[in-house]
Amino acid sequence: MQLEDLFSVVKTRFNSDSGDEPSKRHKTNIPKGLLFKCPRCSNNTFMEDFVANGKVCPRCNYHSRLSARERLDITIDKESFEEFDKDMVSKNPIDFPDYEEKQAALREKTGLKDAVLTGKAKIRGEEIVIIVMDSNYMMASMGSVVGEKIARAFEYATEQRLPVVAFTASGGARMQEGIVSLMQMAKTSGAVGRHSDAGLLYITVMTDPTTGGVTASFASLGDIIIAEPKVLIGFAGRRVIEGTIKQRLPDDFQSAEFMLKNGFVDMIVERKRVRRTIAHLLKLHKPQEGGAFK
Amino acid sequence: MTELTASQRMDIVRTKGRPTVRDYIPMLFDDFFEMHGDRLFGDDGAIMGGVAYFKGMPVTVIAQVKGSTLEENQQCNFGMPHPEGYRKALRLAHQAEKFHRPIICLVDTAGAYCGVGAEERGQGEAIARSIMEFMEIKTPVVSVILGEGGSGGALAMCVCDELAMLENAIYSVISPRGFASILWKDASREREAADIMHITAHDLVDLHVCDAVIEESEGGAHTDPEQTAENISEFIFAALQRNLQKGLDELLNGRYNRFRAIGEFQEGTAEG
Repeated sequence: MQLEDLFSVVKTRFNSDSGDEPSKRHKTNIPKGLLFKCPRCSNNTFMEDFVANGKVCPRCNYHSRLSARERLDITIDKESFEEFDKDMVSKNPIDFPDYEEKQAALREKTGLKDAVLTGKAKIRGEEIVIIVMDSNYMMASMGSVVGEKIARAFEYATEQRLPVVAFTASGGARMQEGIVSLMQMAKTSGAVGRHSDAGLLYITVMTDPTTGGVTASFASLGDIIIAEPKVLIGFAGRRVIEGTIKQRLPDDFQSAEFMLKNGFVDMIVERKRVRRTIAHLLKLHKPQEGGAFK
Repeated sequence: MTELTASQRMDIVRTKGRPTVRDYIPMLFDDFFEMHGDRLFGDDGAIMGGVAYFKGMPVTVIAQVKGSTLEENQQCNFGMPHPEGYRKALRLAHQAEKFHRPIICLVDTAGAYCGVGAEERGQGEAIARSIMEFMEIKTPVVSVILGEGGSGGALAMCVCDELAMLENAIYSVISPRGFASILWKDASREREAADIMHITAHDLVDLHVCDAVIEESEGGAHTDPEQTAENISEFIFAALQRNLQKGLDELLNGRYNRFRAIGEFQEGTAEG
């Protein structure tokens, strides 16, 4: 017996509690959708309890991803959403093979036209422009539609003198749109700059995952940056960095807490307090009659 | 040489001996004074910046540095900037604005560095801020991509009034290698990726990302760096002439609209 073989025997013994074949051990008869298995702590929770908890893992407080509609439901005043540009769909700027087909299938499956919803809404009566990204649609990568809708949302807010609240989530640039996708970083950041110059408030809420070209553009440019606990926030992918430095990275690398510690996030706010926090901040930034320093 | 494929141009760009900014700066400018540091953390060897004369006119030069030897490459981190590099670039851009000097950006990077320190110091924030603030810098900005224009790391120095690329240069959302590895889970299909990504200077003129293609000497810039430098110089001179006569609003609206107009989508179609 070789030395490595000995280790493998020990490893197998340690890893298996019953000694059964792995396939046998994992065979259970739980109906799909009954349980939520947390991707962080692997704890199983009844789906019902998990949903009632705002899709937050009750054990480790992992804030799982929400669809844009779910996010709107828990964030804004009932029936206050007036959607902008809801029929905008992208073309295929670099003739990427099967891009149209893939999008058509996703539109069917998700009911979304692309990876972001934008519009006017109210939070506790305060009018805002809201931007919500949806990671169910191509990991909310930023292509022409995402870029255009976000730029228009900021331009509208600048014109109407409204604050912007953006819930970011994205895998980054949309590869299938090539360089056109990269240019959306400049387009959105430019629109943020003009909104900012007009003295208007922009609050970013970073949700899981906020990475790549979105982190390197409008997501990082909020006057106030809120993050949900433990979400992934970063520029480069973890595997890319591990490949570059040839080391495993600690688990909390690129977490919201890591970003807070390094000074790139203002506050970490639990999901159940996000709406309240935004409402307070909006109130705090309302133009004061006569009171403000000029 | 327009008949070359993207992957063939990628080979030319990666040819050992291709001129870098260290070769071009003395050929393009006089009396270059280098400035160091971002005043926040440190000095990044991957981005070199300073002031110089261009045909007698004071300008600010900001350039991404690639090395020709291993030692040079260690100093400049193989041309991959850290956040402090972008913050230095932005500091020098604001200095140029204060003293009413136009800015010349020379771009040549595989991308912003992907590492632990880069993340800790906010690579994403550094690039985002650079993009947003370059968009509003109140002086003309002209950028030239010399070799590789890799992703956000290049874009941070390409928010300009006019962008030119050397004829073999490439500019892409991600390196062809990264593209192949993400979309096909196979980094070895790099050449195939390069050929479908639309990353050559001519492709990017068609997509309205790039304004001009600068000819290289026959076979690539390494065969005659002086000739190539002369061509770059001619472009910069003409671009400065065009942009220096604009009023401030015209300049900044033009820069904003260059990017505002890019994107392909449709609205209210049958699918609606």
